[in-house]
Amino acid sequence: MAETATRSKPAGSGSKGRRGGTRSGGSRSQQSQGKTAPQAESPETLRDYFRQMSLIRRFEERAAQGYTQAKVGGYCHLNLGEEATVVGLMSALRRSDYLFTNYREHGYAIAKGIEPGKVMAELYGRTTGTSKGLGGSMHMFDTEVGLLGGYGIVGGQVPLATGAALAIDYRGGDEVVMCQMGDGTTNIGAFHESMNIAALWNLPVVFVVINNYLGMGTTVEMSSAESELYKRAVAYRMHGERVDGNDVVAVREAAGRLVEHARKTGEPAMLEAVSHRMKGHSVVDPAKYRNSEDAEAAREADPVAAFREQLVSANVLDEDGAAEIERAVQADVDAAVAFADDSPHPDPATLFDYTYATPVANDSRRLPADPVF
Amino acid sequence: MAVITYRQALHDTLREEMLSDENVFLIGEEIGVFEGSYKITAGLLEEFGEKRVRDTPIAEEGFVGAAVGAAMLGLRPVVELMTINFSLLALDQIVNHAAKIYGMFGGQSNAPMVLRTPGGGGQQLGATHSQNIELYYAFVPGLKVVAPSTPADARALLKASLADNDPVLFLENLALYNTKGEVPDDMPPAEIGRAGVTRTGSDITIIGYSRMATVATQVADQLGEEGISAEVIDLRSLRPLDRETLVESVRKTGCAVIAEDDWLTYGIGAEIAASISDGAFDYLDAPVRRVAAAEVPLPYAKPLERAALPSAESLNAAVRQTLDAVGHRR
Repeated sequence: MAETATRSKPAGSGSKGRRGGTRSGGSRSQQSQGKTAPQAESPETLRDYFRQMSLIRRFEERAAQGYTQAKVGGYCHLNLGEEATVVGLMSALRRSDYLFTNYREHGYAIAKGIEPGKVMAELYGRTTGTSKGLGGSMHMFDTEVGLLGGYGIVGGQVPLATGAALAIDYRGGDEVVMCQMGDGTTNIGAFHESMNIAALWNLPVVFVVINNYLGMGTTVEMSSAESELYKRAVAYRMHGERVDGNDVVAVREAAGRLVEHARKTGEPAMLEAVSHRMKGHSVVDPAKYRNSEDAEAAREADPVAAFREQLVSANVLDEDGAAEIERAVQADVDAAVAFADDSPHPDPATLFDYTYATPVANDSRRLPADPVF
Repeated sequence: MAVITYRQALHDTLREEMLSDENVFLIGEEIGVFEGSYKITAGLLEEFGEKRVRDTPIAEEGFVGAAVGAAMLGLRPVVELMTINFSLLALDQIVNHAAKIYGMFGGQSNAPMVLRTPGGGGQQLGATHSQNIELYYAFVPGLKVVAPSTPADARALLKASLADNDPVLFLENLALYNTKGEVPDDMPPAEIGRAGVTRTGSDITIIGYSRMATVATQVADQLGEEGISAEVIDLRSLRPLDRETLVESVRKTGCAVIAEDDWLTYGIGAEIAASISDGAFDYLDAPVRRVAAAEVPLPYAKPLERAALPSAESLNAAVRQTLDAVGHRR
């Protein structure tokens, strides 16, 4: 696949409003109507996509609830509205492939294969969490499934992902690195430095930009001189394309193609998934900056409901089958919450256990009121 | 036992480590074809090839971050940052990422890497190329910061840094590259977190690191000719900091002068002075003095640059003032 980004036709391009932040409505809802035919995947796979998307939806709703109950602290960025993108991307990776994400990561952690209970326990700050309670919502990690971290600084993960791909290349492995980020990330220096390095050294990394059109409260048109973000790949002689992020099958197909190409050739690529963020930037953000048209479009595009409807009308699922999946998912989330609730908080005596991987002489282990001598 | 330069000690040790561990690779600007701005990596591209001696674009954040990511998967990158001034471009990757990987993820991953970088003034390079900002890194838990002052230390600390499973900022100094010293062939790695007592004495303690540790040793030798017995401590490790050794020395001598190339206010000497206050207050016969760089963006003009940097003369003068204050009889 030697084609350049300019050859890829962006879904819905041309109808999107330019600068000024008002999206001329139709573009993304039109995409939703033009779903990829699900026939490309087996019914079992499609039902599993629906199960995972529903699981992430329920999980995130409970995470938000946990925040209002003060069981979850800090920041809490949800994947609500992006479930199709999350599941489509993760289904394209092997367990041995690596994933680096930003701070909006709960769904990715679950879809990459981490038990929801472990993810919820991390939100609760418990020892059974993905990072033993030391990372929280933004910093999940699991070597077993290849999640090499969620990162709280915008774009911090992009050079790291490039380096992981360098290590794979160094050893001649066939794993691929996926590096997820939001649209706002494409304007930082580290993004461009890393794209350049990955292309220069032919590293097997797929940069995935989730374009939900909002970097916190700033629209992509306000922050990116070229707001069709996949086109940025051209500057690095990298293949880039755009996909409808509300269409799980389309995301799976595009991601799978780019991942397998990177695996075979080592060539990096960039995928832009156009999606919606149903809520604010984080759970405490009422998103007052959104106009009603935009908020309504996000609600209408609901990928979980749309996919359910699509599977029922294609006879992949019947109402009972869908309801049964929803009940099972609800039970999984209840169990995750119970697990988190029942898990122990870290013991303050362990405070200094993870400062250094190689213990050293004179490592300071004093608590705030301790004397130095 | 060979007498070699600090530069040669670094080169030889890097080469040896590359020969013994194929996970060790070098990454940085101009380290390959150009053989390194300060020639530490001379000949290594030819010997080890592009895979292991990797010239990078001028993109510090990108390649330092790539080294962190590679280290997370078990490689052992040695990053050359052309000068510590340029490390500022990579500050996010060093402070927010390399230093946090182990703790933030509950010990599931780590970043075993060495960031080699020279600092220091005195070469008429102007304000942006002459800084001693190692403090920025020594401040951060999760990082280790070492500063060898002699060829032997350079070897022993580089070995220790490469064997370490954490990110280590390895501070070199432009003024030290051509200095010579004995380096035993079978030197064991140093212990990170331990200071060295390079001269023993009973009248006064002089504490320094990097270039100023060598200056302190010279000054102690000069004073010794006059019958003044100065003890010299070379910190070697800025994080972790070996407070025990320096406090023990001050308890013995009763007074101390700190010699540092960085700026006084909030500098490394401030932490040392506070440590002495914490651990040896009752033993002090005089206030702890600090000899540090003048607090200006370092000027280019030679007389101004010279006036701004601490020297053997300025350290000698400070030591004598302290000795006068305690009523030392020569």
